[in-house]
Amino acid sequence: MDNKKRKPGSNWWYLLLLVQFVGTLWVPFYNSAGPAWAGIPFFYWYQMLMVFVGAGITAIVYFATE
Amino acid sequence: MQNVNWIALIVFALLFGFITWLGFAAAHWRRGDLDLLNEWGLGGRRFGTLITWFLVGGDLYTAYTFIAVPALAFGAGAVAFFAVPYTILIYPILLVVFPRLWSVCHKHGYITAADFVIGRFGNRWLALAIAVTGIVATMPYIALQLVGLQVVIGGLGLGGQGWLGEISLVIAFIILAAFTYSSGLRAPAAIAIVKDILIYITALAACIVIPIEVGGFGKIFAAIPAQKLLLAVPHGQSTGAYSSYATLALGSALALFLYPHSMTGILSASSRGAVRRNAALLPAYSFMLGLLTLLGLMAFALGIDKLPEFVDGFKAFKSNFAVPALLLHTFPSWFVGVAFAAIGIGALVPAAIMSIAAANLFTRNIYREFFHRGASEKQESQMAKWMSLIVKFGALIFILLLPSQYAIQLQLLGGIWIIQTLPAVLIGAYTRWLNPWAQLAGWLVGIVTGTWMAAAMNFNGTFPLQLAGWTFPGYSALYSLALNLIVAVVLTPLFNRASKPSEDQTAPADYEKA
Repeated sequence: MDNKKRKPGSNWWYLLLLVQFVGTLWVPFYNSAGPAWAGIPFFYWYQMLMVFVGAGITAIVYFATE
Repeated sequence: MQNVNWIALIVFALLFGFITWLGFAAAHWRRGDLDLLNEWGLGGRRFGTLITWFLVGGDLYTAYTFIAVPALAFGAGAVAFFAVPYTILIYPILLVVFPRLWSVCHKHGYITAADFVIGRFGNRWLALAIAVTGIVATMPYIALQLVGLQVVIGGLGLGGQGWLGEISLVIAFIILAAFTYSSGLRAPAAIAIVKDILIYITALAACIVIPIEVGGFGKIFAAIPAQKLLLAVPHGQSTGAYSSYATLALGSALALFLYPHSMTGILSASSRGAVRRNAALLPAYSFMLGLLTLLGLMAFALGIDKLPEFVDGFKAFKSNFAVPALLLHTFPSWFVGVAFAAIGIGALVPAAIMSIAAANLFTRNIYREFFHRGASEKQESQMAKWMSLIVKFGALIFILLLPSQYAIQLQLLGGIWIIQTLPAVLIGAYTRWLNPWAQLAGWLVGIVTGTWMAAAMNFNGTFPLQLAGWTFPGYSALYSLALNLIVAVVLTPLFNRASKPSEDQTAPADYEKA
């Protein structure tokens, strides 16, 4: 991306988005039953949590690059 | 067969009546001249952040998703949850790439992805390949929406596959065809608001009521056998279920916004900011999809297919009946009517947008480009209206005459085909380094190998790639895309030498914030 008009360095924020790629695509990390939360295995609640983490990161990047 | 559930049927019919009225009334909403393709096919690009949220959410999370993903969870367990990482990963892509595409399309009045490709690469044959891929990948997707509709009609007791069920399906489709023809994209935009609210209510109610009834999430998960609860741990020289899970999520995410209906939804936004804001707001739907996927596990935990009243339904629709059966089992009839209407209307919204998107592609990139160069704006919009009817009735006939298995297999192939347009559309948004003829060669290689991989695996989406003594089972779409890119990169210098450079109508500033 060549956004030369914007303040330098501002596009580094986009790298934050990699967190959700690593967090969801590295399957061995979360393919386990424990630690369970309220009876829900880790595999399920972790991925549901990642929905919120992903939305949060996307929102941060949105405001940072606005 | 189960008896007709009259209360549910009446609520369902009332809600359908309401959205029919809404669909026609939408023609007057944010009024524009519907004889212009930009107005009929993109709603005049007038939808702000909130309407775009409803429209794109109603567009991407289809009735078939709500039926098939929980059905997969019901039948196969944990692997169905790939839908969650998949719908997490679409939003960073939306935030980064699509504001650029929105800006350049807005600036040059592009209505389809193929419009952009011809402007960017000046090669009408590459644009034709993009347009044909889009139309062909969309048709089975529309047909699958009908499968979703069939299942809820069956759940109402109308016999999804008997003559009564078929008549109901035909009526629903005539309604859909009529309001799409008369109101264009405004109809699904207005109806999406109703549909999305109903589906949120249904998903939340189910995920609160059912665990309480069963005695907590712990009991639900305890009832699921270990081999279904988690992915199988790979052993030996294979990455096993891990690589198929990850590649299915990533490949599906990359393919999703290349579908014509996604592009139509995004291009109808009124501003670049509306697209960007939606990248952070749309994940609410992913959360809901996760909840709905859990419904499949709940249905399994309750042993719903063993209950005598649902045996016929499961015989007719297999595990696709899991969610309707669970709703029938849990809720009073009037709420079943609401929930089924949410799914049924959830079939009409994407079907309408898909048929509009396919019609836009046909009109702009086949009819005007190859048959009638001097077409007036009015002729263009009239052609698109007719085309939207043809596409829909093609899908209807397909579903009525052929086993739904064919539609499911074709939709799987559709994902593999549409991802082959990624170099032209997504990479094209950044650079035109890839030669258009080299891209065309890559596209062909990708389509052929992807189709072969899927067919060789008996229409299972994952292919066991053998490399250096290891096996990497993974999504065929991603593997064939890799081959597509390699061919395009290798051939680019050759074609650059052989062909004269083409013209780029777009300027770097067109992609940036105005």
